[in-house]
Amino acid sequence: MYEITFATITNWIDTFLGKYMPEWLVTTVECLLIGVGLLLVYALLALFYIYFERKVCAAFQCRLGPNRVGPWGLLQSFADMFKMLIKELITLKHIDRFLFALAPYLVIIASMLSFACLPWANGLQIIDFNIGIFFLIAVSSIGVLGILLAGWSSNNKFTLIGALRSGAQMVSYELSIGLSVLTMVAFAGTMSITGIVEEQKDLWFIFSGHVPAIIAFVIYLVAGTAETNRGPFDLPEAESELTAGYHTEYSGIHFGFFYLAEYLNLFIVSGVATLLFFGGWMPLHIPGWEGFNAVMDYIPSVVWFIGKAIALSFIIIWFKWTFPRLRIDQLLKLEWKYLLPINLVNLVLMVIIIVFNLHF
Amino acid sequence: MANIQEKIAKLCQEATFEEGQDLLVCVPDSKWHALAKSLKEELHFDFLVTIVGMDWTDKLGCIYYLKSTADNAMISVKVTTEDRENPMIHSVHDVWAIATTFEREVYDFFGIIFVNNPDMRRMFLSIDWKGYPLRKDYDDSPEINPVPKENERQEDTTVSYVETEDGKIEKKTINVFEPNDFVVNIGPQHPATHGVLRFRTAVDGETIKKIDFYSGYIHRGIEKICEGLTYPQTLHFMDRMDYFSGHHYHHAMCMVYEKALGIEISRRAQVIRVLMDELARIASHCLFLGTYCMDLGATTMLFYTLRVREQILDIMEKTCGARMTFNYGCIGGVMQDLHEDFVSDVKELLAVLPKNIKEYNELFIGNVIAKGRLENVGTLTREDAISYAVTGPSGRASGWACDVRKTNPYSIYGELDFEEVVYTEGDSMARTKLRIAEMEQSARIIEQLIDNIPEGEYCVKVPKVVKLPAGRWFQMVEGCRGAFGVYVESTGGTSPLRLKLVPPCLPLANVVDHLTRGTKIADLITIGGSLDYIVPDIDR
Repeated sequence: MYEITFATITNWIDTFLGKYMPEWLVTTVECLLIGVGLLLVYALLALFYIYFERKVCAAFQCRLGPNRVGPWGLLQSFADMFKMLIKELITLKHIDRFLFALAPYLVIIASMLSFACLPWANGLQIIDFNIGIFFLIAVSSIGVLGILLAGWSSNNKFTLIGALRSGAQMVSYELSIGLSVLTMVAFAGTMSITGIVEEQKDLWFIFSGHVPAIIAFVIYLVAGTAETNRGPFDLPEAESELTAGYHTEYSGIHFGFFYLAEYLNLFIVSGVATLLFFGGWMPLHIPGWEGFNAVMDYIPSVVWFIGKAIALSFIIIWFKWTFPRLRIDQLLKLEWKYLLPINLVNLVLMVIIIVFNLHF
Repeated sequence: MANIQEKIAKLCQEATFEEGQDLLVCVPDSKWHALAKSLKEELHFDFLVTIVGMDWTDKLGCIYYLKSTADNAMISVKVTTEDRENPMIHSVHDVWAIATTFEREVYDFFGIIFVNNPDMRRMFLSIDWKGYPLRKDYDDSPEINPVPKENERQEDTTVSYVETEDGKIEKKTINVFEPNDFVVNIGPQHPATHGVLRFRTAVDGETIKKIDFYSGYIHRGIEKICEGLTYPQTLHFMDRMDYFSGHHYHHAMCMVYEKALGIEISRRAQVIRVLMDELARIASHCLFLGTYCMDLGATTMLFYTLRVREQILDIMEKTCGARMTFNYGCIGGVMQDLHEDFVSDVKELLAVLPKNIKEYNELFIGNVIAKGRLENVGTLTREDAISYAVTGPSGRASGWACDVRKTNPYSIYGELDFEEVVYTEGDSMARTKLRIAEMEQSARIIEQLIDNIPEGEYCVKVPKVVKLPAGRWFQMVEGCRGAFGVYVESTGGTSPLRLKLVPPCLPLANVVDHLTRGTKIADLITIGGSLDYIVPDIDR
């Protein structure tokens, strides 16, 4: 059914390299290629997101947004990136140098590892094994360590408060993310990322999963926004309270890493939501509408995935530019008093639906 | 007035009286504290407007301006001391809470020690400053107070001069914070302090234990400079305090001089002044709303409010020639006549304003997160509002009808039909909503005036050299942030003996500590923002 699959391309590269090299070298070269490709896509996507958010927020605020560098300001984020790259790394006194330097790398590594788990297109996936979604949750939670370290090692009271806030927030909202993911995993019956996508080939989970899938989606979106430290949950870097929160003392490319990771986490959160609720790279299929389904299949799977992820990101960006920020106690109350109980009940509801086969 | 005089004479036999614009009661220092108590409790003078420090060269002293919130009567009390080496006056900080800060200011400029005041530190000047600048014998040579090359020294202790049982005065050192407090420095460079103001905040986790409010970073000594300027020259500083209330401050100062000179200004000038005041009020409240929302993380709102403010600034620019420091009022009227587009531009503004206000209400006031952040946060009771002298929109949100336009109508406000908006909740939400409601009232005033601006001269003739007769005058107006007062004392020359400016923002910043204790760090931003103080206005 899926004519266009990226597996053909990857297999071709593999056999091509196999002709000239021993097997160990093939693996090394392939790993390197993937690594470079990943970095490139990561950086480009981050740049796109910076541009995208600026334009969206400008539209909300009756402004034009970037419009000077390049056509429609397209090169603005490239210019910003080069500025960031060539800026001086300011060394501070009285800090824990090792941890201070380590923190941004932890954040960016966590973000890249989860980035690698996303189902990009049919046959185009880097990390794929039977507990894929479990791995994704595990690696994405390394990021909070980086933030805590950054706040602690900067020897600054603002960053410390920012880091503490971030710690409390991320640990709490990880629960919600985990539980809503669990709800969908229970529905899919597999933890493998390809497995979850395959399960949705007839109908996306958001449609087939009945009420609990919709509840899980809403909770996931709220918790995901909180996980990415974006407004209205941007307390760790609340600029009007803590200047810039945990990354106040960072400069140059180290700051750039935090900045990149923040934008990419936005994409990752939307990507995972796409995977769990909107069928990953699966085209929109409606059972019974054969003609429609066939037309949909002609759109490449990679477009489907990125398109859906960006559409979801748009909603999260929309949140940020509309709502004021929550206070720390309200933030924790929302999680522990509302989202968590609702999530647990939702999980039971989902199990009932699965057991009695009430879904579509 | 005679009635009050009799009552005071009964309360304190030693009191003598001087007639003037307001009744002036002179009491010796030994009787002052007792009289202050009975003035507040028996005669209901519960609002301490200001303490004017004075140096008459033969003696030092203070003039306390008191106002009754019951019947808006105003009196002033003069307390003097002849000791120039070690001048002491008894503190009234236990009668009016705001006195703690006002007395500190007088100490800073005149070196008068207030006995029993818990905090006798420098306030605007650095702690190493030598001399007291507003004394007439102050030496301002740069050798004595050179420009510092090192970082500013800072102390964690304050002193208090306490009177013991047997009448002796002891100097006590008090720690500002407890030894193990975690003190976070919020400001002077901080996005949410709206200027260079500094809050040293003792926190326990996210909870605020105490705030030590630290100002003076942009103290320019306007009061001191004005003593060396002619009266028309002093006017130009009025734009540089609360830069949104420039028109109001000009208005106050012009009125005080016109009153002293006995000049009657034309009706046209009065209407223009009121129109400008109300336009500026709308612009100021717009900016308040925008920056406040930005402090709370809702950035988009700023642009929606700036849209209206831009329109007002364009109107101002056409008439006054400037967008910020308008410098429009002058003795006798206003500097220039209205621009020919003024009426049509204002009408355009009035047409779009209701739509915008509706949008603000929908986008922010009705928002569930905004409600959670603002409601029941920083609740100020009416008693505290009066005691801490929190006037303006913040005072009215606590149920205190303190609008000078209504309590002591000046200019043509008495003839205009508008409501004084008063809410009773006293929380940050009430302060925010009240400002939006005030924008509507200001629009109402403008609507009444815009079609009947009378013909006439915009500025009456005044003498080339302005000489005020000997005496003292005090005038209050309703600025954007509260009651602004000007006190002028003249000896008959071309420049004032003393010019005291009473900024509304000093009490506003002062009350932050009282409101934030036990709240979260994020609430400091909410509360500070909702009070809407302007730092140049505090520092002068």
